[in-house]
Amino acid sequence: MLELSPQDWIAVRLSLRIALVATAVSLPFGIAMAYLLARKNFWGKSLVDALIHLPLVLPPVVTGYLLLIAVGRKAPFGAFLADNFGIVFSFRWTGAALACGIMAFPLLVRPIRLSIEAIDAKLEDAASTLGASRLWVFVTVTLPLALPGIIAGTMLGFAKALGEFGATITFVSNIPGETQTISAAIYTLTQVPDGDSAALQLVIVSIVISIAALVAAEWFARRAAARLHGN
Amino acid sequence: MLSVQVEKTLGDFRLDIAFASESGATVLFGPSGTGKTSIINMIAGLLRPDRGRIALDDTVLFDSAAGIDVPPHRRRVGYVFQEGRLFPHLSVKSNLDYGRWMGGHAADPVAFAHVVDLLDIGALLARRPGKLSGGERQRVAIGRALLSRPRLLLLDEPLASLDAGRKAEILPYLERLRDDAQVPMIYVSHDATEVKRIASDVVRIEGGRVAATGGVELLG
Repeated sequence: MLELSPQDWIAVRLSLRIALVATAVSLPFGIAMAYLLARKNFWGKSLVDALIHLPLVLPPVVTGYLLLIAVGRKAPFGAFLADNFGIVFSFRWTGAALACGIMAFPLLVRPIRLSIEAIDAKLEDAASTLGASRLWVFVTVTLPLALPGIIAGTMLGFAKALGEFGATITFVSNIPGETQTISAAIYTLTQVPDGDSAALQLVIVSIVISIAALVAAEWFARRAAARLHGN
Repeated sequence: MLSVQVEKTLGDFRLDIAFASESGATVLFGPSGTGKTSIINMIAGLLRPDRGRIALDDTVLFDSAAGIDVPPHRRRVGYVFQEGRLFPHLSVKSNLDYGRWMGGHAADPVAFAHVVDLLDIGALLARRPGKLSGGERQRVAIGRALLSRPRLLLLDEPLASLDAGRKAEILPYLERLRDDAQVPMIYVSHDATEVKRIASDVVRIEGGRVAATGGVELLG
């Protein structure tokens, strides 16, 4: 059976916290970005589209290194954040969440964008003739109709954030209790003699969490679809 | 009174329209593809004219010279679309209440009951739009537009997507609505027999222009 060491548990809890925070914080931005890409035409749209998809195609190490250059302690912007707002990313769990959020962003945005594109814009017009301002049209028509896509995007983003390795370890290293996620802990265990059985334990935990997330997302998506299409 | 004077170029089609509607039901009549829907989209604020002026009683809704363009949600114009466009995620009751919520009005059970009676949709209130027949859907769409307290009701071929039997089902409700006469109507149609019973004035549209204005005799 499962026998996790206290350190393993710390890694599991940390992974969950990082993935949850990364997903929760990026979700509003993801919805806004999906809406812009689905409904608006603006100058530089294809550039923005390419930029958010970049983490999907770049080697994760490169994304991690770019983060280090951009918001590391010694980087001008990183120093600015630290001095003025007390926000420090490098070698902190918040940095891991930032790296995971950026890596997960394209996967989060895509299903939401597709579901917004699938909404008949004529329904939004109808809402406006009934007295709904743009914001209210978005809240009462667009958002609820996009809910299945929002759930799918959240779930994909969470799964990606949970498993992220390359960018995280490059940006915030592998510090037990601060930035050592399940993936990093497994990696560490595979580097030491006799680490195999402990690594296997974490592998099982990782599989269980992923399956639970899948099942939960499926259940929410079914409920949302049932609500949309009537009882 | 509604007065409309608009110009709009859509691709290589040119729309240049002027008419006024006193009250009752004004029918915009003409073959398909002559820009009738574009005209009422401009009245509703969903399509922006290149030039012109649209005024409802003493409120200017659009005036290119004065730089006035009231957004659709502030025009208080009820719009019944050809395909109903009910919100699929809301019950019939919530669809009917939507305009009142957005207008920030308190519940008015008398007005609600009146419209529900007029359109005979009391039995449908708990259902979702997906479970309604085409005729039921259009009746709810009419009710939803009415309950948003419009100063003008626009109907875009509200019967076009229905078969003859369903048309006959809804026509009496539209007549009642006209005789109820609290809200003037602009009714777009290409079907003379359909609108003969409803029209009080007729504006015949051909090729993006007003070909004639008058009474039901224009329906030929």
